[in-house]
Amino acid sequence: MFEFVNTLLIGITAGSIYSLMAIAIVLVWRSTRVINFATGGLALASTFVGASILEKTGSFWIALPVAMLAGAAFSAFIEYFFLRPLLKRSGEKNQEIFLAIIATLGLLGIIKAILKFIYGDEIGSLPPPLSDKGFIVSGESIALSPLRLMILGIVLLLMIVLTFIFQRTNLGLSLRAASFAPEISRLSGIRVDLIRTAGWAIAGAAGATAGVLQTTNGSGSVSPDSFEFTLLFVFGFVAAVIGGIESLIGAVVGSLTLGVILAIILMYLGSSLVFFAAFVILILVLLLRPSGIIGVKGGRRA
Amino acid sequence: MLRIKNLVVDHGAIRALHGISISIEKGQLAAVIGANGAGKTTLLRTLSGLNKASDGSATWGDHNILHSKPESLVRHGISHVSEGKSVIPELTVSENLDLGALWRRNRKEAAKSKQDVVDLFPRLGERLSQRADSLSGGERQMLAIGRSMMAKPQLLLLDEPSLGLAPLVVEQIFQSIRDLTNALGLTVVLVEQNAMGALKIADIGIVLNLGSIAATGSAAALRDDPAVRAAYLGF
Repeated sequence: MFEFVNTLLIGITAGSIYSLMAIAIVLVWRSTRVINFATGGLALASTFVGASILEKTGSFWIALPVAMLAGAAFSAFIEYFFLRPLLKRSGEKNQEIFLAIIATLGLLGIIKAILKFIYGDEIGSLPPPLSDKGFIVSGESIALSPLRLMILGIVLLLMIVLTFIFQRTNLGLSLRAASFAPEISRLSGIRVDLIRTAGWAIAGAAGATAGVLQTTNGSGSVSPDSFEFTLLFVFGFVAAVIGGIESLIGAVVGSLTLGVILAIILMYLGSSLVFFAAFVILILVLLLRPSGIIGVKGGRRA
Repeated sequence: MLRIKNLVVDHGAIRALHGISISIEKGQLAAVIGANGAGKTTLLRTLSGLNKASDGSATWGDHNILHSKPESLVRHGISHVSEGKSVIPELTVSENLDLGALWRRNRKEAAKSKQDVVDLFPRLGERLSQRADSLSGGERQMLAIGRSMMAKPQLLLLDEPSLGLAPLVVEQIFQSIRDLTNALGLTVVLVEQNAMGALKIADIGIVLNLGSIAATGSAAALRDDPAVRAAYLGF
């Protein structure tokens, strides 16, 4: 029982980080109809920014927001100078969307090459700002540490902020409208191109947060060819698909579900199966519930 | 006034409008009728900036409206309600209305516009917090027109507001359009398959056929024109 609760706690923490990555993927998908395979690469670059700020200032609480801003800027830059001209020229027809997706794969390679060029074999260091020693409950150490509590707190705070932005602000209404019906939005006076860039920026900030938190929660360091970030992207993507790819709430539910399932597999079946299991889950969801576990029949939800 | 001169629009290799010229005075309601594929929707989409013109000119007042984007034309008082109940079903009625005025700086006036729309269509007022996909067809069309009114337009472009509606509802919608035109001094371009209904409320009529103007004149004259009756009114 004790072990199971610990497994759940580990899974929920990991899942909360995946949820930020999943949100980054969903936001870009909703606004541009592109799966951005460079999401992990952008998070990696932002995490490096965070690591160098941490090195200079010594404060995690400065490093994290700066990394988020960097993520937003990188992501907006890519949308504006890369995706927008590409999609405009191809006229957003279905087969050309594949071009854009493949282009984001190329972009991932470029980002990694640039990081490699700048940092070489150096690693960025993001040690946990708080203790990762578990709290002691009735004499035993549980899998909930000050660090994990902080991670859960940050993710929860960001979810509240995102919900507020999307449900209560004009920007949020524009973002939702532009993703559901770009043409009607334009006719209503919404500058859909600008809103799309804003959506990418928010996605970039969410991805950057996922990268920073994943690094402090994991090894505490990051290298230009980090496999951890590939995994982070894959898990975020699988979680987004479980959640129906259209829905932010779905992305969170999918991520927590995936986090817990993977933690259980890790605890009881061994680490070699985790990556494999993520793909089995992806295939099963696509075969059995292609609209996602909370996908609404025939409808898209905010 | 709206002045269109020699407007040519192509869809790829196909020419949709073959150099048409139309003038509509301020405060007039113009019905554009014609069969499927006559170029009615293309005309509206070009006027609102969704389609690109290949040649010709179109001016609203002293503002050149070709080569502008829809989102900037809205800011110049041109509002387009596109074909088929143009509302966003995933958003609430209230959000659909708000959407139409997000660009307006003066939030007080925007709030007043919303009150005006609710006064005009009380049924929308009763359903503000419902999702738009819970509305009936007629209510959706009211919402679409209501959203365009949120921009406080001077030129209203309406694409087939009667599409898929019951005859009684069509009559109500047409009546609202006529009332709006009179009350606010709007200029309206109304594209319709329902030629009789549209010509009944319009001041002038324009008959399009295969991308050219087949007939034009006062709505009353067109209603009585034997050729127009035979071809478009069915009796």
